[in-house]
Amino acid sequence: MTLTLTANDQNMLRGDFGPAAKMAMSIVARMAEVAGAKELLDISGAHIDSTVYIGEAGLEFAERLASLGAKVAVPTTLNVSGLDEHHWQEWAVPSEWARQAYRQMVAYQSMGTIPTWTCAPYQTEMRPAFGQQIAWGESNAIVFANSVLGARTERYPDLFDICCAITGRAPAMGLHLAEHRAGQLLFRLNDIPEPLQERDDFYPVLGNLIGKAALDKIPVIDGIAIQPHEDQLKAFGAAAASSGGVAMFHMIGITPEARTLPEAFQGKTPIQTIEVTMEALRESRRELTQTDSSQLHMVVLGSPHFSLAEFKRLAPLLEGKRRHPGVKFLVTSSRAMTQLAQKAGFLQTLDSFGAQITVDTCILTSPMLPAEIQNLMTNSAKFAYYAPGLLGKMIAFGSLEDCVNSAVAGEIIRDESPWLR
Amino acid sequence: MAEIRLQGTAIIRGEAHGRALVSREPLSFWGGYDWRTGEIIDRRHVLSGSIAKDKILAVPFTRGSSTTTAVLLEAIRAGTAPAAILTTDTDFFFALASVVAEELYASPLPLVALAADDFAQLRTDDEVQVTADGAVILVR
Repeated sequence: MTLTLTANDQNMLRGDFGPAAKMAMSIVARMAEVAGAKELLDISGAHIDSTVYIGEAGLEFAERLASLGAKVAVPTTLNVSGLDEHHWQEWAVPSEWARQAYRQMVAYQSMGTIPTWTCAPYQTEMRPAFGQQIAWGESNAIVFANSVLGARTERYPDLFDICCAITGRAPAMGLHLAEHRAGQLLFRLNDIPEPLQERDDFYPVLGNLIGKAALDKIPVIDGIAIQPHEDQLKAFGAAAASSGGVAMFHMIGITPEARTLPEAFQGKTPIQTIEVTMEALRESRRELTQTDSSQLHMVVLGSPHFSLAEFKRLAPLLEGKRRHPGVKFLVTSSRAMTQLAQKAGFLQTLDSFGAQITVDTCILTSPMLPAEIQNLMTNSAKFAYYAPGLLGKMIAFGSLEDCVNSAVAGEIIRDESPWLR
Repeated sequence: MAEIRLQGTAIIRGEAHGRALVSREPLSFWGGYDWRTGEIIDRRHVLSGSIAKDKILAVPFTRGSSTTTAVLLEAIRAGTAPAAILTTDTDFFFALASVVAEELYASPLPLVALAADDFAQLRTDDEVQVTADGAVILVR
């Protein structure tokens, strides 16, 4: 099986569209060959995870493309950067590091992209449509676009997303093609009470469990008895894409390519059927907490970035309360969502509680936490999964209510009752 | 001393030699690999605490973050990357880091995909030779 390029692809590869398009096309074509694709297809949108500053190599890559005059060929959103552009000085970010991260922001902005600076681009006006071919980076965004919206992207890594955006092309492979979007593993909820299914903390716990079991396969979840809201599906996907390599899931009766079980599996038989029990869920919830201590220095919410609806759910929980002086309370979000939350009047409540908001970035990608902050609490399984390795901090997982109550009490407290039954 | 020859597919061609570091569990390099030192830092992973720099790293595939590629690219530039990576299938994330490293630094990282049965024969601390045509020779 060999790769066939169109005349236009070949012209780009030869340099007819300039040196940046040539470099991007040479990477796209080489990787299409590596992946065994037969051709490239047109995309009509991209989301760039490469904006996250890791080190010199990523910066050199971005600046090489920028210096060659790279311009994106399709509407392109940008993921979080290393910096809250206007507020990073309020944190422990070293100024040398900030300078480099900022250079990376400038490089990607120079390519004609839309500076959304968010890991939840599906909650902006650039939300892709059902069936739309796109090239997205950022694992949580990929799984949401494929599963919840029915848009089509492969699980693309950093550096490749921008090459697709510049060329407007992606390898015709994997989840771009209908036949590869069929479910592979069946997860059946076994006697899981509906009140638990209504809870926000059910979804990250379920996602962590399913990601770990599904790894790189497409899981199908049967037996959700309620209609989860968008932020619950977002938390589920982010969790499954962290503990596993899940780039797409189906929920029967909920996600658009899974109205029925046969539709989700495209008429095929599941490779395996796995029962999801209360005991397995309790175990998944337990492993998201990596500390025995009740000590708490900071609550972190917004991984992925907080939506307007999440601000709306948080605000009444904070009404009339104040965080313990020993506990910081941070919400990470996008500029756009934060402005909407401001207009809606939610930020005043957050402010009176003593909460801080940071935009454009994520504490996992920015060295913003001072060393004395060691014990964190979150409602995000993705955050709980990565924080120990990336930040070297202790982490406890709880519901949104647990996080608020702990911030007020000054120590980690969690309501176990919904999980006991 | 026994020698075992496994024939894989060279995803990115190249020669390498080193001690094997083997896991049956997938790995995300973001949050899983410290490119400054070459240490595996995913505290939930069986290889947590091991140094993969200059080793022949065998993991079936990558999990999780899109940033795995960027982290491996930093490691290649910093000289803290594994000498080669062995997987069970073509791993797009590793392959891209290697392709970009070739583009930027003319230093691609050899990648070989092995059949699952062959992958299962790998043991940590095997002495491993990777050849340009995708053969993996183990000495133990």
